Amino acid sequence: MDWLKLGYAVLVIALIIFIFPAVRHWQKNSPKAKQGDWQAFLFPIGLIALLVVGLMWVVGR
Amino acid sequence: MNNPKLHTGSAPRVSALSTNKVLRNTYALLSVTLIFSALMAAVSTMLHVGHGASLACSVGALLLIWFVLPRTAESATGIAVVFAFTGLLGFGLGPLLNFYLNTTHGAEVIATSMGGTAIIFMGLSGYVLTTQRDFSFLGGFLFAGLIVVLLASLAGIFLNMPGLWLAINAAVILIFSGFILFDTSRIINGGVTNYIIATTSIYLSIYNIFIALLHLLGFASNE
Repeated sequence: MDWLKLGYAVLVIALIIFIFPAVRHWQKNSPKAKQGDWQAFLFPIGLIALLVVGLMWVVGR
Repeated sequence: MNNPKLHTGSAPRVSALSTNKVLRNTYALLSVTLIFSALMAAVSTMLHVGHGASLACSVGALLLIWFVLPRTAESATGIAVVFAFTGLLGFGLGPLLNFYLNTTHGAEVIATSMGGTAIIFMGLSGYVLTTQRDFSFLGGFLFAGLIVVLLASLAGIFLNMPGLWLAINAAVILIFSGFILFDTSRIINGGVTNYIIATTSIYLSIYNIFIALLHLLGFASNE
């Protein structure tokens, strides 16, 4: 199975190389968040975290 | 993953009519490709394909999105490329689905993961469409988070740490949920005008959320 681990590692490295230009682009060009933007992001993300915890609890019973 | 060319430039102002057209075409293509991907996953599950074939499918999908899609996204060929890409990723799910199907509560875990992914996607899309908020400020944060998750995954391949994998899967769900907000808001604000590229981005978010949720629920059910 070691060759498979190596294959997945190469795939992950390729993905990092693939998305790196986008990382640099968005680090430089992301618009600044306005007042309330982060709250508007954290609200649905918090709900999703609760949903995932709830689903884990349901299947774990 | 998210192609740099899928996320370029700031959002130009475009008419509501053309934005709605991009959104409508994106959701239409997304729904068809999701069905196609699910069919391919069913086929590979029945054929009992191995992990090597799954890895080959992932590599093939990466090559398509890396080299072929940027050259074909503006033409009808791009639609065929999206089908090939989503078909390969769906086919690559076979070994993972077979693993869960061979466990006691595996079918329930897979069904719950599908339902959970659908709730997350529809909830987030509805949230952006209702609030019309611009989430493009998340770009730098999400891509940096994605790099951190990929580096942690690289470590996780060689270190046998279940806690690390749980943390990675939880982070994947939150980051790709952020990408759904980011991509959908870019469509409705005119930042993405090509529905083939928009479909690919949102499909990748749904795909990654489904797999991460499957792992977390599999862990929770002791599978």
